[in-house]
Amino acid sequence: MISRSEIMETNEMIEKENLDVRTITMGISLLDCIDSNLEVMCKKIHDKIARLAGKLVETGDEIGREYGIPVVNKRISVTPIGIIGAAACRTEDDFVRVAKELDAVAKEVGVNFLGGFSAVVAKGMTASDELLMRSIPKALAVTERVCSSVNVGSTRTGINMDAVRLMGETVKKTAELTKDNDSIGCAKLVVFCNAPDDNPFMAGAFHGITEADAVINVGVSGPGVVKKALEATRGKDFEVLCETIKKTAFKITRVGQLVAKRASEMLSVPFGIVDLSLAPTPAVGDSVAEILQEIGLEHPGAPGTTAALALLNDQVKKGGVMASSYVGGLSGAFIPVSEDQGMIDAVNAGCLTLEKLEAMTCVCSVGLDMIAIPGDTSAATVSGIIADEMAIGMVNQKTTAVRLIPVIGKTVGDQAEFGGLLGYAPIMPVNTFDCSAFVNRKGRIPAPIHSFKN
Amino acid sequence: MKKAIITVVGKDSVGIIAKVCTYLAERKINILDISQTIVGGYFNMMMVVDVNAATASFDGIASELTEVGKGIGCIIRIQLEDIFDMMHRI
Repeated sequence: MISRSEIMETNEMIEKENLDVRTITMGISLLDCIDSNLEVMCKKIHDKIARLAGKLVETGDEIGREYGIPVVNKRISVTPIGIIGAAACRTEDDFVRVAKELDAVAKEVGVNFLGGFSAVVAKGMTASDELLMRSIPKALAVTERVCSSVNVGSTRTGINMDAVRLMGETVKKTAELTKDNDSIGCAKLVVFCNAPDDNPFMAGAFHGITEADAVINVGVSGPGVVKKALEATRGKDFEVLCETIKKTAFKITRVGQLVAKRASEMLSVPFGIVDLSLAPTPAVGDSVAEILQEIGLEHPGAPGTTAALALLNDQVKKGGVMASSYVGGLSGAFIPVSEDQGMIDAVNAGCLTLEKLEAMTCVCSVGLDMIAIPGDTSAATVSGIIADEMAIGMVNQKTTAVRLIPVIGKTVGDQAEFGGLLGYAPIMPVNTFDCSAFVNRKGRIPAPIHSFKN
Repeated sequence: MKKAIITVVGKDSVGIIAKVCTYLAERKINILDISQTIVGGYFNMMMVVDVNAATASFDGIASELTEVGKGIGCIIRIQLEDIFDMMHRI
């Protein structure tokens, strides 16, 4: 029998410590929608998504009420459109047409984001992939809910530097086309190395070609719960610290497992994975930075930050893995700047720099995320930053990602406002020494050797 | 058996348990276990109930309990038991 204290603990996590199910994401394969006629393909895409995800939002809300826990977002990921549109799309505008269809169906079924306007080009780009990548700026400017991602490298294939160069330009153009809203288009665009096929979190979610026809993936969150649990470990040794994180991660992930199984059952769609990530929001008490502070740092960015984050990330995985039958996605701790009040404070205090964030991405789950940089940063510099981050992922056999926002018309000292879950961010300085001769080399960086680990 | 946990928290007054139990009886919800205490003048009750034979949907019960709570100055929640089992039992 469940005890009074256990019931109170669960409900306090939900009410006071912002424990929630961050997203139920339905992955939908669009491979059977491929057609050489653009309009026919768009109709097939619309009909399939509307059929499978028509009850997604309603179901998510119902589960939330049954268990008394908020299910914050209901989302959809689809097969990379660079593959789906290959037969039908002849121009950039054809791809924009597909993006508009995706936006329309996302609104129709009521999800707040739909991911998969994507290309997977780790080794090379097809003509279709390249067209899609060139259409991203316009597609993101004329749609509201469509998210885009491009995988430009992997441990097995190396880094496609032609794609990295193109993505530097794409990020800049996306910023230009959405400059009236602080370049918010870039918040919906992620560049990956080793992108997972089953990530439920936006903006990088897509439904990989290794996946089944439809699948339910769930992302849990709860940095506030971990922070609160760690308050009781002040001054205690690392064993106590790590055990506490593990136990808390276990409890959080169990809720994700429960919700994922229930959603899968109610929607008659197979359960895929639980992504056991600590995903912050701008709300006070929902911050990964606050966990790092509780571990013992004045601000994230102080010496010791990389070690503390490595410890946190590893314990979250160790606790979470046992709590779910299938773990996947990005699992770990997210360190976005604009979506975490504690990270914003660290930047404003002068403690956290882009270079330190880069070091932190070596040991956390993703990468340089939601970082606002000066609008006059060159495309080559953006490509250089992307290349560095991709190299970290490639060599360390982990997922890394870049979501940079060059805020047009703003510079260091200004602030970019994105609103809602995306938050706001101080513009961070970027190293402006030139890397264009490096970035402009054609071809790719070969895959790394997997022996002689030093 | 589909079990749920009802929690009632609020300022103590006469008849809280009576009001909640009357509502549950009307809806054919069977009470399996009750524990109740007063902490610092605040009423705190937890119930394990069986909702299998209930004459309303789970959503309906949840919103009606919220209304019952408003009438007696308490916050009443109902949650399926699974969330607590999952979180606290391996």
